[in-house]
Amino acid sequence: MMGYENQGFEEAHLYASREEMENLVIEEPLNGRSFSSYRSAMASLSETHHPLSPPIVASDDPLLPPSTDHRNPNLSDKSYLDPPSYADVIFSPFDGESDDTNGIESPNQDSGISGFLSRSASSSSEYLKISVSNPQKEQENSNSLVPGGNTYVTYLITTRTNMPEFGGSEFNVRRRFKDVVTLSDRLSESYRGFFIPPRPDKNVVESQVMQKQEFVEQRRVALEKYLCRLAEHPVIKNSEELMVFLKVQGKLPLPTTTDVASRMLDGAVNLPRQLFGESANVVAPHEVVQPAKGGRDLLRIFKELKQYVANDWGGSKPSVVEEDKEFLEKKEKLQDLEQHLSNASQQAESLVKAQQDIGETMGELGLAFIKLTKFETEEAMYNSQRIRAADMKRVATAAVKVSRFYRESNAQAVKHLDTLHEYLGMMLAVHSAFSERSSALLTVQTLVSELSSLHSRAEKLEVASSKIFGGDKSRIRKIEELKQTIRVTEDARSCAVGEYERIKENNRTELERLDRERHEDFLSMLKGFVINQVGYADKIANVWGKVAEETSKYAKENS
Amino acid sequence: MTECRITGIISQRPGVLDFSYPASSVPLVSPFSSYEKINVEEFFASRIKPSIARTLKQSIERVHIKAKWVQRSKNEEYLAEQRSLSGSSQSPRSSSAHPFLSVSVTDPVKLGNGVQAYISYRVITKTNFPEYQGPEKIVIRRYSDFVWLCDRIFEKYKGVFIPPLPEKSTVEKFRFSAEFIEMRRQALDIFVNRIASHSELQQSEDLRTFLQADEETMERARSQEIGIFKKKPSDLMQIFKDVQSKVSDVVLGKEKPVEESNLQYEKLKHYIFELEDHLAEAQKHAFRLVKRHKELGQSLSDFGKAVKLLGACEGNSLGKAFSELGTKSEMLSIKLQNEAHNLLMNFEEPLKDYVRAVQSIKATMAERANAFRQQCELAKTIKLKEINLGKLILSRSDKVGEAEFEYNELKAESEEATKRFETIVRLMSEEIVRFQEQKTSDMGLAFHEFAKGQGQLANEIADAWRSLLPKLEACCSA
Repeated sequence: MMGYENQGFEEAHLYASREEMENLVIEEPLNGRSFSSYRSAMASLSETHHPLSPPIVASDDPLLPPSTDHRNPNLSDKSYLDPPSYADVIFSPFDGESDDTNGIESPNQDSGISGFLSRSASSSSEYLKISVSNPQKEQENSNSLVPGGNTYVTYLITTRTNMPEFGGSEFNVRRRFKDVVTLSDRLSESYRGFFIPPRPDKNVVESQVMQKQEFVEQRRVALEKYLCRLAEHPVIKNSEELMVFLKVQGKLPLPTTTDVASRMLDGAVNLPRQLFGESANVVAPHEVVQPAKGGRDLLRIFKELKQYVANDWGGSKPSVVEEDKEFLEKKEKLQDLEQHLSNASQQAESLVKAQQDIGETMGELGLAFIKLTKFETEEAMYNSQRIRAADMKRVATAAVKVSRFYRESNAQAVKHLDTLHEYLGMMLAVHSAFSERSSALLTVQTLVSELSSLHSRAEKLEVASSKIFGGDKSRIRKIEELKQTIRVTEDARSCAVGEYERIKENNRTELERLDRERHEDFLSMLKGFVINQVGYADKIANVWGKVAEETSKYAKENS
Repeated sequence: MTECRITGIISQRPGVLDFSYPASSVPLVSPFSSYEKINVEEFFASRIKPSIARTLKQSIERVHIKAKWVQRSKNEEYLAEQRSLSGSSQSPRSSSAHPFLSVSVTDPVKLGNGVQAYISYRVITKTNFPEYQGPEKIVIRRYSDFVWLCDRIFEKYKGVFIPPLPEKSTVEKFRFSAEFIEMRRQALDIFVNRIASHSELQQSEDLRTFLQADEETMERARSQEIGIFKKKPSDLMQIFKDVQSKVSDVVLGKEKPVEESNLQYEKLKHYIFELEDHLAEAQKHAFRLVKRHKELGQSLSDFGKAVKLLGACEGNSLGKAFSELGTKSEMLSIKLQNEAHNLLMNFEEPLKDYVRAVQSIKATMAERANAFRQQCELAKTIKLKEINLGKLILSRSDKVGEAEFEYNELKAESEEATKRFETIVRLMSEEIVRFQEQKTSDMGLAFHEFAKGQGQLANEIADAWRSLLPKLEACCSA
């Protein structure tokens, strides 16, 4: 609703500034880069806009859910110029004068960003739409000594879905950033080997900064982007963790740390815990599905480190090695890709910056000429001055208009080229998925070498005991114990191998998905970028073409 | 004397030094290679007294100039012929009966080395004015010659808005950049042609000297007229006098130096001063826009390269799409650089020229104020003299005759001053109309070029990207 008002305000301003333009009345202290004048170009646009572009329709209410085909890549059947939807035009919610009395409390238009990387909703009509809005300051429950010192911000997370698992179509929950951290931690534990979209950074900042509207808004956007990406992941969107996060009211019921492995995979190993309690040097099967962590797992970490060093020094070739040639090849290729991506994304950034600069300078030039026009008109003593002023006005108006186009075009280009950034972020997820794989492999290797040492110990003991007829009671007991340990370790190993295989499989499917989606996303990025460039370049050419025509008599005079 | 000696020595080396140019058709210039030149220099360096070293050096320089010159004219004999026929940018005012004077400044050449290096231009004049030696004349001039012409005309044609010269380059680094040289050449061309097409200035004797005199004469004229010894002190004196009178005015509690209190003129003054500020701002942004074009071009080319690399590691059709995008980006980068150059030449430079013109008007205004002050002061003195004379006549002093003579002389001077001032006022009121008209057409052209260039660039951008679309389309469906 507020959003709607904003828009109204914006429109009102539009009209006002159009009149300004017409009369060339300029607010005298032209505050630096007064964009209000830029905006006025928008007004003239509506009268003289490009034949190619469909009329700029009064926008949809920004609060409505973004329509599914909002950024549908299949633009082929539309005109070259996708009409910049209103949400696109007001790219940044904090843009311009649409100033709220209290930004934190108000819902800044909610749509807009949610479409990042959205592919044309696959064949299934299943959808899961998430938006983050309405940041709110809250007081920490703990009785802190400093009043107001312990506030945090919660965000309203709205989910709309038709997925049957959710058992409902709309949910609203309030979550704070901490909860998101928990969610991402749980997900990375449960979905090893998947390319899980990376969570927004924690940004260690002072609490004062934390309260700032800009920061909160940035975070809101980042969170929304993150959740949307999760919701697009074919596996994670069906995860229990995400559903709980999105659905359950009140405190987030996900555990913040895993004391007990919450998931038993495959249900294969379901041994009573006390069984392992006695033999501390054995890794419990349910733990091998997790990488070694600090604290309790010190011994395991030590063992795995030993294995790692052994692998590294090449002294003993581990029995299980990474032999998936295809995978290794892919990995290398991805590293290559990452490097080029990082380069390209950097260049894209500077391109966007340069485009923004040229637009801004064009606008400034336009304003300078508007001022000059005003001056000449006021001071005119001769007719030639008036003619010149009229010419100047044309150029000034065109420059302002063009600068507006540059700005719009740039906002679009940012969005398109953002795909590069997205994938650069995705590479992080790929890395962590790969490292999960190698750590699972390390676990397997450790267990295998441990097993072999256990076996050899048992063999030795057996040989020794067989020499003594009737057997040594204590030895026999030891052998029994050892056999028990071997059994447990074998279980652990098979569990670890299973986990490793699972991760491998996950890696493989994810790589396929990545390749497919990247292809699609990059193509739609290229297309979007190119179409956008063509559209705006056409508009700009049109504006200048008109001015060139209007001033062509001078060229003839001089030729 | 030195000249004689040199030629004496020179003629002993036949074939090399017979450079009396237009003998260009004979192939005796070709052996005049740099190696030979060095020989000549060494030869002199080892043999002459230091006292004449400077003169000799200049002479050698002149030899160089001519050598370069001859070489060039040899190369371009036909070309130059054609070019001068069509003129560079300004010339062709039809050669039929009606009088014309058109000049083109061409072929900037760097001469000399180090700090003393400078650019010389070939100044080609075509005219049917009877005062001129012939229908066509080519001379070699350097920037300081143009300055001389400008100063001379300013001194002699008070009240006329003297066409502005391009400023001296302040940044040493850019002094010999191709862009700067070309910009200056263009500006000098415009400068000379403005003078040549100005109904009063074109009659100037100094212009004739400038356009026709050989280099020695020109140099002599220049060193006489604007040599440090002549011009600067008088300037300083004037400044000193001004300051003195200002100070005494303040000390004596007189109101500010006498100024015209003409409402219309006040308005004009206000207009000119404000105009300069506005124009300077617009020009600043225009210059920045040029820079932005270059930067965007650079970014596009970098982006293109990065995208190509990215494409290379994608392989297949997508990779191809990427590399096409990269290629187009790089191609557009060149277009942007071109447009940056076009902007600089055809938009930013005219704006700068506009600023200079306004500054030249300000100089004229200062002259007008001077003339006015002189006139007022003389009028005041005359009044005193008149009273004095009256007294003397009453007292029948024998100094009456002398005083009367003085009075009459002063009166004549005053009348002269008044006339001078009135001329300035009359000329200015004519000039301002001309100025406004000219600027309207200058700016109109600049605006046209600006819009045309920008429109063209945008069209090229649109076309380049558009040509990618079918390929992307194919890539999508594949």
